[in-house]
Amino acid sequence: MMIEQLLDQEQESIVNVEKLSVTFGSQEVLQDITLKIPPGQTLALLGESGCGKTVLMKSIIGLVKPTNGKIEFDGENINRLNERQLSRMRLRFGFIFQNAALFDSMTIGQNVAFPLRQHGRFSDNQIREMVLSRLSEVGLPDSVVFKKPAELSGGMRKRVGLARALIMNPELIMYDEPTTGLDPIMSDVINELILRTRSRNPVTSIVVTHDMHTARKVADRIVMLIPRQRLDPDENQIIFDGSVKELDNCRDRRVQQFVNGEAGERLMEMRANGHDH
Amino acid sequence: MYPWGAPLYRRARRLCTDFMSTVASNNSNHRAIARITGWFTDWVSDWGELVISSCIALGDFCLFVFSTFRWMLSRIPKGETLWPNFYQVGVSSLPVVALTGTFIGVVLALQSSSQLGHYGLTNQLGGVINLTLVRELGPVLAATMLAGRVGSAMAAELGTMRVTEQIDALSAMGADPIHYLVVPRFLACLLFIPTLTIMADFMGVAGGYFYCNIWLNIDQHYYWTNSAKFVNNFDLFTGILKSLFFGSAISLISCYQGFNCKPGAEGVGKAATSSFVFAFIVILILDLSLGLSLKAVYESWYPGGTY
Repeated sequence: MMIEQLLDQEQESIVNVEKLSVTFGSQEVLQDITLKIPPGQTLALLGESGCGKTVLMKSIIGLVKPTNGKIEFDGENINRLNERQLSRMRLRFGFIFQNAALFDSMTIGQNVAFPLRQHGRFSDNQIREMVLSRLSEVGLPDSVVFKKPAELSGGMRKRVGLARALIMNPELIMYDEPTTGLDPIMSDVINELILRTRSRNPVTSIVVTHDMHTARKVADRIVMLIPRQRLDPDENQIIFDGSVKELDNCRDRRVQQFVNGEAGERLMEMRANGHDH
Repeated sequence: MYPWGAPLYRRARRLCTDFMSTVASNNSNHRAIARITGWFTDWVSDWGELVISSCIALGDFCLFVFSTFRWMLSRIPKGETLWPNFYQVGVSSLPVVALTGTFIGVVLALQSSSQLGHYGLTNQLGGVINLTLVRELGPVLAATMLAGRVGSAMAAELGTMRVTEQIDALSAMGADPIHYLVVPRFLACLLFIPTLTIMADFMGVAGGYFYCNIWLNIDQHYYWTNSAKFVNNFDLFTGILKSLFFGSAISLISCYQGFNCKPGAEGVGKAATSSFVFAFIVILILDLSLGLSLKAVYESWYPGGTY
């Protein structure tokens, strides 16, 4: 029965990460990460700064090349694709960067229309309508279309980033710290937008966050990573994988410290290791 | 940036240390030998690191250039990415190149007139000034101005895009950053540096003429007759051919520096500075090697002629 369940899970997963390791120079960021994400699931990826959450997410869309391991999306091995195939595959992904990563030299309208102009064969009128409708979905007025990213606030930029990522109707959306640097109300607006996006389309989402409020509100499943340096040699880097309820009941001290935002003995540990986090 | 560089370097260092400790363990004066071997290991591994990292950087740059050529030949960039770069290189750089050319022409005339004046050769001034301008100073100065004005700006702009994840965003949306950002800049430099060179040549010739004929009252007839005698079509071709190499080097070096920019304001500043320094060094090396090659070509084409 167990084996059947496992086999079912394997067939169903849209994202399949197997024994992924990523090393930058002498620094090993990820080691032996195995993760399966079924379609339609919203997964929150938690962990302290520098534990490799963003690297894991960038590996999934092929922006970071893994040192070892395999990443599959919808049954296709991302690392075996050539540049053209990867470009085509990336149309199925939406990535919201931490600081929105809007193109400075373009207006907001041009930014949101970028994926359409790059890949779609749409008329100017169709593009204009789609851009305005996406912007209004994230609560931005038509007047922002002609503004430059530098003229907008952080929250507005994040929403433009969301509109740009959603314009090609992706199947997998990845949010990199979507609420970092925003006020509590704007953070909740972003949370609501994540939920609304999911309710409108059956998308799979990965949310990298430090914000427990976001994780509790939007996620079906929570995965917590820990930096390699803080692990025992044979311990897995994923120290928690389960639902929000299971997270609250988890006995692991490191998980509880993160969830409750308690430094505990971390400061002493950092001093001892000469850490600069 | 170089994922396999560090392990290679570490392995080399470990091998070196193992070897030295084996040598030291067979000697009676263990501690002194260990200190010397430690110092020697560090010295060898520092050099090793430098050699390995230089080879890796060169290999990485070659892959970058290869990728740029592949994209350039496989798909022409869209007009919206080409025109702003054409304008930046071809139009915005024109005044500063023209100004530099004029001053260089005047200064060259000033220096040559006093030198040739000693030997009573002022009638030959036109030939000396114009030949130097068309063959060497025009292309090199236009390229230097382009490296300073456009190359640094390219490195800083692409560096900022790298630091703020805009280059990653391009990839994430299925656009290739080399095709979208590098190819238009490369084409702009390649296509417009000959026009900038011709502008620098023309203004230099005009500046030299102004100083010699209007200021020093040298006979115009001799000035132009000697210019025509000294400067031929091959010299003009030489200057323009050189400029094509300079333009390619400037754009590729600047874009490479921008793409491999380190994080933060300091990283962007360093990318801009090093793009100019590397571009300038490469311009000088290319100038010398192309000068030697073209001389050989000229002499094989016209065995009796003097280059």
